[in-house]
Amino acid sequence: MSDAGWEALWPYGVVLVGAAATYIWRALGVALSDRIRADSPVLDFVGCIAYALLAGLVVRMIILPVGPLQATGTGTRLAAAAVGTAAFFIFRRNLLLGVATGAVVLAALASWPSL
Amino acid sequence: MKPIHSDPKLSAQSYPVDYGSPRRAALAGVREACGAPALVLGASYLGFGSLVRESGLSLGVGLFSTISTWALPGQVALVELYALGASVVAIFIAVALTNARMMPMTITLMPLLRVPGRPRWWNYLVAHLIAVTGWAVAMIRCPDMPPAQRMPFFVGFAGTILGAALAGTVAGFLASGVVPPAVSLGLVFVNPMYFMLLFLGDLRHRGRVLALVCGAIAGPLLHLVTPTWGLLLTGVIGGVLAFAIDRQLRRRHV
Repeated sequence: MSDAGWEALWPYGVVLVGAAATYIWRALGVALSDRIRADSPVLDFVGCIAYALLAGLVVRMIILPVGPLQATGTGTRLAAAAVGTAAFFIFRRNLLLGVATGAVVLAALASWPSL
Repeated sequence: MKPIHSDPKLSAQSYPVDYGSPRRAALAGVREACGAPALVLGASYLGFGSLVRESGLSLGVGLFSTISTWALPGQVALVELYALGASVVAIFIAVALTNARMMPMTITLMPLLRVPGRPRWWNYLVAHLIAVTGWAVAMIRCPDMPPAQRMPFFVGFAGTILGAALAGTVAGFLASGVVPPAVSLGLVFVNPMYFMLLFLGDLRHRGRVLALVCGAIAGPLLHLVTPTWGLLLTGVIGGVLAFAIDRQLRRRHV
């Protein structure tokens, strides 16, 4: 293959490296779960780790975002999260309505330059 | 956990949700995904699609990333590092760290999904579909179903949201730069909002609730201490703390 051909394939190779770095954890998880019974306390323990990690990630994304949300104020994000949560519970735990309300409130507040 | 091998009549009665057959369970998974989950995944991957284009990569690379990695934070880290010219070793380590949460998630979900007698390679295949949305929904919904219906439900659900993510990647790539900034901020906010509400909607297990609270407090604090290791430390410290408190309360029969 020509040099240009290899160059076009290079990003796919890098993506494959990232895919492998992700799948090893899933494969390791399957292998380890084979040795654990479904009612084992080890499972509760690992579950606690998974839930704590995800809650930490979600709260960090709202309070200390690293991406484009950095352009918004903390008050804006907290207000959007609060209004979205309120809508979720008012509309009988409707996920779609809760999420959409939060996103719309954030977009509206973000386009208001004084906030 | 409910017993798997009991009197068929009894076990038929003991599951609150029964779709009748594995095929119908798979269709129920597809139906459950069409709605908030598919829209959330589509919205999340819009951002990824536009990042791919802004980083000078092709749409093909973006789609290959979504289907082969299927874990957004690691995909974003990879594209950003690639654009910065980082080495392959550095990329491997960064993605592995970002996506290490797949292991505790797989360990807790697989015992729910696997069907005795199925070949083991099947579990390894299905594990590729495990990512945070499908995991969180399956952890809540699958225990209510007969064991034979859980894996079909999960595959139907996860396959559908993977399709939505691919569509989002394409749309984001094509729409890059066209959408007003406030709208794209709203789309980025969809992700944390969805997971927060998903967890708030299911607070049945004390251990999990404790873990959510501990993680919510530890997450931002440890991120300030060490952005690289903060997330993993949050999982371990918050998880150990929540497990210990839950066991203490159980010992006192609370």
